[in-house]
Amino acid sequence: MRIVAENLTFTYNKKSKFAVDALKDVSLTIEEGSFFGIIGHTGSGKSTFIQHLNGIIPVSAGKLTVGDINLADKKKIVKKRYKELRSKVGMVFQYPEYQLFAETVFEDVAFGYRNFYPNSTQEEVKRAVFNALSMVGLVHDCINKSPLDLSGGQKRRVAIAGVLVSNPEVLVLDEPVAGLDPIGKNELMKMLHSLHGSGAVKTVIIVSHDMDEVCENCTDVAVFSEGKIVFSGKPKDVFRRSEEMNGLRLGVPVTGYLIDELKNIGVQIDSDFTREDFAKKIADYYKNIK
Amino acid sequence: MGMCVIINVMQAIEFKNVSFGYGDTDSRQEVLKNLTLTIKQGSFVALLGRNGSGKSTCARLINGLLTPNEGTVTVFGMDTRDKKNLFEIRKRAGMVFQNPDNQQIASIVEDDVAFGPENIGVPREEIKKRIDYALKATGTEEFRHSEVARLSGGQKQRVAIAGAIAICPDILILDESTSMLDPKGRKEVIEVVRALNRERGMTVIDITHYMDEAVEADEICIMGDGVILAQGSPSQIFAQRDIIMASGLELPVPARIADALKKEGLPLPDGILTKEELSKSLCELLQKI
Repeated sequence: MRIVAENLTFTYNKKSKFAVDALKDVSLTIEEGSFFGIIGHTGSGKSTFIQHLNGIIPVSAGKLTVGDINLADKKKIVKKRYKELRSKVGMVFQYPEYQLFAETVFEDVAFGYRNFYPNSTQEEVKRAVFNALSMVGLVHDCINKSPLDLSGGQKRRVAIAGVLVSNPEVLVLDEPVAGLDPIGKNELMKMLHSLHGSGAVKTVIIVSHDMDEVCENCTDVAVFSEGKIVFSGKPKDVFRRSEEMNGLRLGVPVTGYLIDELKNIGVQIDSDFTREDFAKKIADYYKNIK
Repeated sequence: MGMCVIINVMQAIEFKNVSFGYGDTDSRQEVLKNLTLTIKQGSFVALLGRNGSGKSTCARLINGLLTPNEGTVTVFGMDTRDKKNLFEIRKRAGMVFQNPDNQQIASIVEDDVAFGPENIGVPREEIKKRIDYALKATGTEEFRHSEVARLSGGQKQRVAIAGAIAICPDILILDESTSMLDPKGRKEVIEVVRALNRERGMTVIDITHYMDEAVEADEICIMGDGVILAQGSPSQIFAQRDIIMASGLELPVPARIADALKKEGLPLPDGILTKEELSKSLCELLQKI
């Protein structure tokens, strides 16, 4: 599913004195198969944008198509497809483990499935739940546990399984690693890559504040500021604009900072900003001049 | 003049053989196990450890939200088990939680910041000054008359910190308070807290998962399974790679880049933790030749 936004505009509390323009003329294409990073400071419109992607916020101005669904079309026939849309575009909110509510892990994940497929048999539910749990790397022995008895990282995986259970093609995650310890964070990112790599989920969209994380993980990036997209493209094209990125209060990955510092003393390093590539390029430079 | 000079460095917080578990005596799961920890007045301590290692429990034991099952916790010599001490302890030990929604009271920003000082009976004129100071220090002056509910997550968190520092606490505990902020917001909050630490001698306990934040602390404490696994300066702690790995932590990004460069054969010094240090070493190395 390709996602295309054209001049998408949204105002909170329209026609009141609290009106806030959250999105202004946002145009962006997210290709199927990308691992897309959405960055921007707090209040820049990132969350408002992603909430448009599965119709939580209806399109009020501009265009948005997700796959073959035109969300700007207000005809009843399109509205009828919202359920299908929501099963295809899975949305994982910030701190999704706060939404866990059922008595067991199984029931929590099953809730998501039954919601979309109310006429499914117990056997189908079981298959879907087991499949979703294995996708997030949780073993079956936790299915009868209370989700509240799991660790922070595990709880978050259960919450993500509850979204994956409807078999989405696009998985949108709002700051998926916030609040996790370093191991939990690394495991979760690895899990997202394996879902993406195996084709279980075709497109992954993450909202992140961490430039190093975006640089190491994403194929494409869009930078939001004050409701607009200021840059988008490959990470290396975005992080090359270190002056503007610093101006936007976002900064660049540590490798970007180092490349700038080296440039100041006349050492030109052309890297894609990933740590691995950076180390190689520096080593090449060092060997050449030694 | 009633000028009082404290000559001895006082212990701000002392945990002595503290054990704690949630739940009833018979079904209790121990979270802290015979933990002993001392935090000096005026220090800036980063408390690290995996989710569930007992960090937040420690924070809640400091200001008496929880009391130990065994052992004692004292704050400036006051025992948290003694209910008579709680008002004074909470006045002197402010806390900022991970989610600002959990600690906002009033609907307008300045009223919310005023709540703490009003509560402890600060005179009206002084409250005004403190609100000005706290809003300025946290960069939230422009929201002074805004509704808290209409702010973004990061803005709310800075208001929560303003509310805590308006009480002028001697100890500020940040329980993952920066995890919802963007990098610049995180840096700003830490700078504000650092300035209060340096200028007013406020003791800071920063519970965090960000290693770059921990590097800025005077001291790092690593918790694991309810005990203190290591305590020392950032350079001492991050030099012990085995402890870092075993406790589920990681090296700061600049240290990891330095490792990758060394692996490629670059002769960089040991102990690089910040991007400034790495940049300096790299520039020296590549310019020399």
